Amino acid sequence: MSGQVRCQDLLASLSDYVDGVLDEALCREIEAHMAACPNCRVVVDTLRKTIYLYHQMSKEPATLPSVVQERLYRMLHLDDYRKL
Amino acid sequence: MDEASVISLEALKQGDRQEFARLVDLYAGQVYRLALKMLNDPLDAEDVLQNTFLKALQSIDTFEGRSSLSTWLYRIAANEALMLLRRQRSEVSLGDSSSDDDHDDEYTPREFTDWCCLPEEEFLTAESRQALDDAIQKLPEKLRIVFVLRDIEGLSIEETSRVLGLSEAAVKTRLLRARLHLRNTLSFYFRERVAERKS
Ligand SMILES: [Zn+2]
Repeated sequence: MSGQVRCQDLLASLSDYVDGVLDEALCREIEAHMAACPNCRVVVDTLRKTIYLYHQMSKEPATLPSVVQERLYRMLHLDDYRKL
Repeated sequence: MDEASVISLEALKQGDRQEFARLVDLYAGQVYRLALKMLNDPLDAEDVLQNTFLKALQSIDTFEGRSSLSTWLYRIAANEALMLLRRQRSEVSLGDSSSDDDHDDEYTPREFTDWCCLPEEEFLTAESRQALDDAIQKLPEKLRIVFVLRDIEGLSIEETSRVLGLSEAAVKTRLLRARLHLRNTLSFYFRERVAERKS
């Protein structure tokens, strides 16, 4: 890809771009395109925010409700080993 | 996570109950969350949780240790969740395959409201959190499982591809589609919040 990046091309590289694993030359092309294309800038910003919001969700500790834990241990015959 | 220092595969294979209990302690929460995000139903998620560890217990003998224990457990859990979804679908809608079709317009950006600048508390309301959960349920299953593993459970592209037995290129394609799909859904939701604040 050389010269101008079109909106469609940008879309294909978007995951790599927001994950920070896109090569530098492509990043610069994307940034140049975003400076001239407000819609793509919004897409990138809101995509980042979307991923961020779900990451926040995943930061909450993954704990089992205690009844679910109890039933799991009973089913596996592990009651004796259950931590309090 | 450095599971090697925590869990002894040797002990697991010898049927050490204490060690199996530690494996359960370590991963049950993550398996349950994965199932809950995939199925959106606590009882179904519990089924997947129980079946995952039951199968793990039954097949630990044949686990060769080529992948990590967590990858192996995630693979069992992902398969259990997808199987349950498939079974439910064939019960509910005989012959209706539309739920898993790829519609290109779901990925093409259609909404260009910039909602990033909403105040932080707007994203923390119960209603917004529900909107996030609902948006995941709108994803086709094939995309949902990739998104949940990569962006919620935090697996790498490589780990996700190993869990699902897909190429890394396929994982990347599905992840991109899932993210764009979610961005569209959330944009329609948060657009209203932006409008409310302006009025
Ligand atoms: Zn553009």
